[in-house]
Amino acid sequence: MAEEKKTTRKKIQAADTMNKIMSDYFYELNDAATTGKRKVAWCTSVGPAELLQALGFAVHFPENHAAMLGATRMSTDLIPAANAIGYSPDICSYLTADIGAYLKGITPLAKAYPGIQSVPKPDVLVYNTNQCRDVQDWMAWYSKKLGVPAIGVTSPKNVNEVTDAHIDDVTRQIEALVPTLEGIAGVKLDMARLRETVNLSRECTELWKQVLETAKASPAPLTFFDGTIHMGPAVVLRGTQRAVDYYKVLLAELEQRIRDGVGAVDGETSRIYWEGMPVWGRLRQHSELFANLKSTVLASTYCSSWIFPSFDGNDPIRSMAKAYLELFIVRSDRYKEEYIKEMIGKFRIDGIIYHDAKTCPYNSNSRYGLPGRVEADTGVPSLVISGDLNDLRCISDEQTKTNVEAFIEQIAEGR
Amino acid sequence: MKTPVFVGIDIGSSRTKVAVIDADRRLLGHSVRKSGTNFSATASTCLGESLETAGARREEIVHAVSTGYGRTNVDFVAAKSKTEIGCLSRWGRDRFSEAITIIDIGGQDNKVIKLDGEGRRASFKMNRKCAAGTGAFLEEMSLRLDIPLEAMDALARESTEMVKLGSYCTVFSATEVLENIRHGKKVPDIVKGLFYSVIKRVLEMDSHDGQVVMTGGVVAHNPYIVEMAGEMAGRPVVLPEYPQLAGAIGAALYALDETDPIGVRNQISAGETHG
Repeated sequence: MAEEKKTTRKKIQAADTMNKIMSDYFYELNDAATTGKRKVAWCTSVGPAELLQALGFAVHFPENHAAMLGATRMSTDLIPAANAIGYSPDICSYLTADIGAYLKGITPLAKAYPGIQSVPKPDVLVYNTNQCRDVQDWMAWYSKKLGVPAIGVTSPKNVNEVTDAHIDDVTRQIEALVPTLEGIAGVKLDMARLRETVNLSRECTELWKQVLETAKASPAPLTFFDGTIHMGPAVVLRGTQRAVDYYKVLLAELEQRIRDGVGAVDGETSRIYWEGMPVWGRLRQHSELFANLKSTVLASTYCSSWIFPSFDGNDPIRSMAKAYLELFIVRSDRYKEEYIKEMIGKFRIDGIIYHDAKTCPYNSNSRYGLPGRVEADTGVPSLVISGDLNDLRCISDEQTKTNVEAFIEQIAEGR
Repeated sequence: MKTPVFVGIDIGSSRTKVAVIDADRRLLGHSVRKSGTNFSATASTCLGESLETAGARREEIVHAVSTGYGRTNVDFVAAKSKTEIGCLSRWGRDRFSEAITIIDIGGQDNKVIKLDGEGRRASFKMNRKCAAGTGAFLEEMSLRLDIPLEAMDALARESTEMVKLGSYCTVFSATEVLENIRHGKKVPDIVKGLFYSVIKRVLEMDSHDGQVVMTGGVVAHNPYIVEMAGEMAGRPVVLPEYPQLAGAIGAALYALDETDPIGVRNQISAGETHG
């Protein structure tokens, strides 16, 4: 046969430590919900998690759960249940998968963590529309279904430069959440604890940034596919010492790889940037596809979305507002173009792959000519692949494979 | 005398194509068959036929490269696989010395490939996960209209008042076709409308730089599509010799590229001495 020997990316040893941390997190969350020892808040991924942590809530992240539904390839069977009650197949497949899972009484947590039977029942639902409007609609459905309040922040969109006016607006909105959250938590907000939480988030973010930037080395010691897994603690445990401790361990391992000249992919011949969401149900397949082509997908906008340099314990709420506003997804196309060009230089990128996710226009930056403009300015070739984060019905694996193989051929022949 | 030959095998979703070339890049033999359900067996049959037309024997194959949807299903020779985009580009680089845009209409994929003046691939695009504008679209319509595929070109040329089809979707287009039949539209006008739909979908995939060249089975059997494309694009469009074989020839050229030229020369001289 014409197939050559398969190559896979190297396992990161710290994964075992991370799995333990994540396991502890999910069991604590389950314990809070089943015993009532702690109140449970659901929070969208870049919502005011620091505030919730400081008020003592156990925090569940529905987007994290939806990504698990995707990674376990359960989502495609669950999405139709949400479609059937009126949620279009064209809207966020995180939302439809998660609501579908609820309707069917299914969760991947039950299989991964014996003893857990369902997602933790919330006492409050908190969103920030900095991601998209869909998160607000998502929480609104649960609010009605479960009879718990949904409160949140409505962020400005297409922000070019984050100004004081933007920050003032979001600061006021976060402050306005406090009385309601205090009422549900049954405690007053302890500003010292909030400062400490924000400082821990800052520390977590700095370490996560250093982790991602190890990929500047040649060969790169980690890939985008590793990043999507290892960002778990940065997503669900930012603001905690555990996340900080974990990234110190991970960083040490990657720095050792650099010293030893060990790449995540053997014989790295091209360096690729991934723009857009991962295809959660195809992480392994995509990882192997690139590894077999001796190509490393080593940096991404997505994994870098958990870097928040503006967190500052000296001015916690305002710095939270600024950090949430500086998120890539909130920004203007002009900002995004400059950002991607900076990443091309920083990571010495040979080619960019834009994932046009059918149900996530907010994270698909290939629809308004941006790839062509970046390519014209940098000369770095790009490829747009059609797919989706969670709905595998939107994917043609064969077309993805042919496109990626042809793209890597093109890069190799262009040298 | 032993003649070293190089083979390209293009196993597409619809047709399998094999091309046999010599060390001077001349096409010696070729074969095209429906891919069917046993890609490997079809490829083997095509290889046998193309070697026969080339007047060559299996042991004279120096190297082979496979491409296309079934590129990993070749088990009769230790072939290296390349993408069809790569092979079409390799073919274009060999045939043209200026910047070109290759528009390939395949069974399930359309491709627009741009080569710069030095024959380097500048960019490429494939159709999204949709059959609009592909050979599969025409096959579906041929079934709906009960008209053999090979009769479509002549029918389209008879059209006096083309029917325009608006939908992106193959299935919805079929409904539109039936609606036009109900309204008494003439078959040649509908067939020309189908051709127009194919060209429109393909031309709108990308901009077109340099000389425009069309390849693939659809244009091989329906050259009127190329003429119409030229009219619609407002510029001449080239229909090369053997448009359906472009990918297979490109694969054969890769096979030649990957061969040690000294080894080939030695083989030629060995053949001349002992053949």
